Amino acid sequence: MARFAVRRIANMIFVLFAISVLTFLIFYKIPGGDPVLRISGRTAEPAVREQVREDFGFNDPVYVQYARMMQKTLNGSLESYSNRVNVREELIRGIPATASLVIGAAIIWLFFGILFGVLSAVYAGRFPDRVITIVALIGISLPIFWVGALLLYYLTYKVSLFPAGGYVPLTEDPASWLSHLILPWFCLSILFIGFYSRLLRSNMLDVMNEDYVRTARAKGLSERRVLLGHVMRNALIPIVTLFGLDFGAAIGGGAILTESVFGLQGVGQYVAESIGSLDLPPILGTTLYAAFLIVLLSAIVDIVYARLDPRVRLTA
Amino acid sequence: MSAPLLSVSDLHVSFATEEGTVKAVDGVSFELDAGEILAIVGESGSGKSVTALTLMGLSRGPNAAIEGAVRLGDKDLVTASDDEMRRIRGERIAMVFQDPMTAMNPVYKVGDQIVEEIRAHEDTSKEDARRRAVEALRSVGIPNPERRYDNYPHEFSGGMRQRAMIALALALEPDVLIADEPTTALDVTIQAQILRLLEQLNQERGLAVILITHDLGVVAEVSDRSLVMYAGRVVEEGTLDDIFYDPQHPYTWGLLGSLTRLDRPRPRHLPSIPGAPPSLIAPPEGCHFRPRCPHEFAKCVKVPPLESRLAEHPDHCDRCWLEPEVKRERRVVEGRIGLVAGAE
Repeated sequence: MARFAVRRIANMIFVLFAISVLTFLIFYKIPGGDPVLRISGRTAEPAVREQVREDFGFNDPVYVQYARMMQKTLNGSLESYSNRVNVREELIRGIPATASLVIGAAIIWLFFGILFGVLSAVYAGRFPDRVITIVALIGISLPIFWVGALLLYYLTYKVSLFPAGGYVPLTEDPASWLSHLILPWFCLSILFIGFYSRLLRSNMLDVMNEDYVRTARAKGLSERRVLLGHVMRNALIPIVTLFGLDFGAAIGGGAILTESVFGLQGVGQYVAESIGSLDLPPILGTTLYAAFLIVLLSAIVDIVYARLDPRVRLTA
Repeated sequence: MSAPLLSVSDLHVSFATEEGTVKAVDGVSFELDAGEILAIVGESGSGKSVTALTLMGLSRGPNAAIEGAVRLGDKDLVTASDDEMRRIRGERIAMVFQDPMTAMNPVYKVGDQIVEEIRAHEDTSKEDARRRAVEALRSVGIPNPERRYDNYPHEFSGGMRQRAMIALALALEPDVLIADEPTTALDVTIQAQILRLLEQLNQERGLAVILITHDLGVVAEVSDRSLVMYAGRVVEEGTLDDIFYDPQHPYTWGLLGSLTRLDRPRPRHLPSIPGAPPSLIAPPEGCHFRPRCPHEFAKCVKVPPLESRLAEHPDHCDRCWLEPEVKRERRVVEGRIGLVAGAE
């Protein structure tokens, strides 16, 4: 376990380093990404621009610029080029909204994903399975921005059931927090419910054909016990991996569409705005934040996986 | 004579598939006495495994049609409810499967899998069930059963896993053990150990065993009586001596002819039965072996009944229309029993 932790942490540092270099280079080279324009404004005199270029060190070699930016990233003084807002503060400001959205949605998508997956597998080929399959495929196919817009139009504009976007902290007003999040939760879960139920269905059907399930029946266990103790127990293992990575990506700012459609002002929306304005410091900050969460969660997934499947040994 | 422990009469099992109805078991009847080892021999698709699963109530399903009777004591296992069948499984009739590598759930400890079975049938404490599971592991020759209890299946070798499967099957002391190709996935020395173990359990506990196999060598090792199955039907039934020294059905000759023997000169080519087993959706009319049989004649289009054609051996039955004298003459190929000569 200690060996695993050490190797995994070394691994993590390397991955984050590689991602930071790649992100830096991509947005350093990208056409129209010149930071001078963002700092000095588009109408500035050429002399002013030159001054800015010199003052901010944009004439230095690339690696010096990279090192300077990473130093700022690590000590928390990284600032946006376009509005001089501190990246770390902005990220921290967005985390509660993103966490509320993603944790809530994750509970919903896991619950319904598993429920529909099990029903679908148990009734494979019969009516409930067919209905769930169609619903799941619709869920997978619907674009979030379209569902979101539709929900906002009908449930907030036509009938004022829910507030029209925005985020209210839980500590401020729990009821309002809930009413602001219901539609985003629904929207973000639909896609995942579709994926998870399809995946669990096929996993369960595979496991049902395993010899050990036949053994479980031959032991005289009840159907319920066979299903829960033997089929589900094994079919859920791959779901754990998928969930860890999906959850990490979404909480790392991957729920861009949902956050933007509902104006949640979370990490995802911050990511979208930064990329929209080609603003390198926040892009780098949010990318590293997301990468960190994904790498961390995949390590957690590996640990959980080894707990769930005794054949797996932890070797990073 | 006392009533047999288990009696199967005119069992038919068919499965509806997209291509048509597969008649997997087509009128199988046999009896099993307490303390007997009965071998069911046949190739893949002969219906031997489906017969076994049907005895366990495990071939039931929306696409399966099961007819006939399987009597265990005063219970008919064909008409028993699912819940009755669930209680009978493990408690009165248990099964060991072919591949011990995949027959145990990889995520549970071996001992816990036995405890799970005990506690599914009996309202007993965890401690008591654990003690009995350890005893079951000990009784099948697993060394250090207290320690091995806490191992996972992948920490057992193949032979040990098959022993553990037998321990699992016998934990509730059933009357009948069905062993479906229990040695096929094991290497030869381990095969012999597992067969010895089955024999020992049979002798010490009076356990009745149905041994399903395609390997006549396995049959010769342990069985008292054998059924030879072909395409869903029993084609010959008799004692070990009957089957090996006086086989009456050409299919049995073919099986015996394709054995290699260490005490005979090595043939240049191994004789095999020409052709392939028939489709079970549209099997040939009459004798199912007819299309592959060099001794076919006009009468074979009618199904031969399974009956004794030997006055001196009323328990040696077969499904072939030929006269016993003709059979004894025709079954000798290259100086030994066989169906066809080894191809050059």
